[in-house]
Amino acid sequence: MAEPTLSVRDLSIVYQARRGQVQAVRNISFDVERGEAVALIGESGSGKTTVGLGLMRLLPATANIIGGSIVYRRYKNGSNSASRETEVLALKGDNLRQFRWRECAMVFQSALNALNPVLRISEHFADTAKAHGYLSGYRQGTALRERSWQLLSMVRLDPERVWRSFPHELSGGMRQRVLIALALLLEPQLLILDEPTTALDILTQRNIMDVLKELRDKLGFSMLFISHDLALAAELADRVATVYAGKIIEVGDVRTIFRRPYHPYTIGLIKAVPTLTSDKSSLVSVPGSPPDLIQLPTGCKFHPRCPLADERSQQEEPALIEVEPGHHVACWHWTHAREALKAYRAET
Amino acid sequence: MSEPLITLEHVTRTFTVKGQTIKAVDDVNLTIPQGEMLCLVGESGCGKTTTGKMIAGLLPTSAGRILYHGKDIATIAGNDRKAYRLGVQMVHQDPYASLNPTQTIYDILAAPLQHHGFTRGEYETKRRICHLLEIVDLTPPDDFLEKYPHQLSGGQRQRVSVARALTVLPTFIVADEAVSMVDVSIRISLLNMFARLKDEMGVGVLLITHDLALAKYFAWEGRIGVMYLGRLVEIGPARQVVEHPQHPYTQVLLSAIPEADPDATRAKPRVALRSTDMPSLLRLPTGCTFHPRCPVFAGEVCENIVPPLEKANWGSEAACHLVHANES
Repeated sequence: MAEPTLSVRDLSIVYQARRGQVQAVRNISFDVERGEAVALIGESGSGKTTVGLGLMRLLPATANIIGGSIVYRRYKNGSNSASRETEVLALKGDNLRQFRWRECAMVFQSALNALNPVLRISEHFADTAKAHGYLSGYRQGTALRERSWQLLSMVRLDPERVWRSFPHELSGGMRQRVLIALALLLEPQLLILDEPTTALDILTQRNIMDVLKELRDKLGFSMLFISHDLALAAELADRVATVYAGKIIEVGDVRTIFRRPYHPYTIGLIKAVPTLTSDKSSLVSVPGSPPDLIQLPTGCKFHPRCPLADERSQQEEPALIEVEPGHHVACWHWTHAREALKAYRAET
Repeated sequence: MSEPLITLEHVTRTFTVKGQTIKAVDDVNLTIPQGEMLCLVGESGCGKTTTGKMIAGLLPTSAGRILYHGKDIATIAGNDRKAYRLGVQMVHQDPYASLNPTQTIYDILAAPLQHHGFTRGEYETKRRICHLLEIVDLTPPDDFLEKYPHQLSGGQRQRVSVARALTVLPTFIVADEAVSMVDVSIRISLLNMFARLKDEMGVGVLLITHDLALAKYFAWEGRIGVMYLGRLVEIGPARQVVEHPQHPYTQVLLSAIPEADPDATRAKPRVALRSTDMPSLLRLPTGCTFHPRCPVFAGEVCENIVPPLEKANWGSEAACHLVHANES
């Protein structure tokens, strides 16, 4: 099998705050295979957005990548071996600029603010192309327009209407689709999407999800979703990783994670989300709130909220281990977590 | 049946934007009995928040009346007016913006208690506040009294907002997207808290949300109303609306919602819209406002005649010509 497009190993990122160091990302490792869609799910403050920004090297100045590696592999069309391997953390200057957007593009969280309000949509495309030296020189004018229009229609926008518009003339969903088209302009192999459907209406969300599915089938890029929306992950991801207190605590195939989760937090999260078909009595919220990332609890970071926590959980942090092929869990009690939680709920 | 607590009669609200008039809420009729759990759902711009604000008395109506215990809230006066203003409270969407950052939780909760004379003296006020904090699950209350809002998490702040609404012993709370800004893991516990208010204090709640799954859970025994472009297009018992939607718009919404179950969500049949563009409120379509997008559009009658909200199957009412045609 070909090597993954992206391999993150032991990535750790801290923020410097007045009270101390915020341990936003702690020793995170994961892969994104060629053409695969991976979702990082977790609550706010779990460090998932920091991972995304770290991959793009777009962290604010207060953040510091204190360890780990991010290896990106470029594949040529149709080839099965990586033509180039890049250590993203070592990139500087022009090389970093080329990596961003050409190799790996990001659709940012707040679609409503991510576009420059004084530039027309056409100018956004022109600027992006120019900044990354795409279709330079005499070819730029018409070729760029052709490529952009093609992308805009792929995201189900009417290029004629959108092309000369300013961002404020477009609805939230249209802007989000413009951003997706813009992210795909330089044919990146990896698309990072930070909460791509949050703050959008149901029908608009549906539209964006359908567009993403279609694009992925057509263009074959890999995707990394960062979201707290379990339904989005269930619909679009091939693999799901649960992030808690800056660490991946469970990762596996999307069906495995939703059907047979082993980590009490993943189990709790899935139980906490009402679906259209779920019964009222089956829903339970996860008690407590996420930990303070400056003063992390000892041992397993989930132990203060976990009904299964024992002395060992309080003292030693469990490592992420492979419990079945492709299914990794970081919990001392994974073998009996589901039954024990069921018994616990029956009691209370 | 008990006397209705709140009645909306032909309530309409218009706004003027750059000289043009838009109808945010158009001829909404609604009767809310005491202690009902009601959800209004719809997309942004459908008028659900405007409706909530009018019920809470934060916006006057442009036409039509809102009655509280049978009295028009626009002309209500004296003691009745005070009873209404205290009786209907609002919990806002953003718990980060709705609490005064320079006041402690004690100050925030003590102000309404003392102003309206619910408690006298510090000892009594403090006891009452501790009791309120216990009701909203902020325990032990002593830990919270001297805290400032910034020291609390989003979910805790939202609980403080609810405690503040409860200070004046309301009969009805309008909660505008009250849980959409808190983390998924604690939404359910917030909703359960609202349900407990109903059981223990008889407080009715209007939850405004865009999440139908959440609405079904919240209004389990109550009702869900679906709004589209200012009109109430369907209303009925919560589970029936989700399981047997009558109006095509409700059907489209339900089929579009992704489910947190990989097999179910990928296999779900979808009802496609004829057009994905939401019409502008400035140029509302004639007749049924959903007709340009409606998957079961039936020609002239839909284009020309506004369908009334009438009894349909499963105890729901729907505003659609076809639903009624299929019945008779």
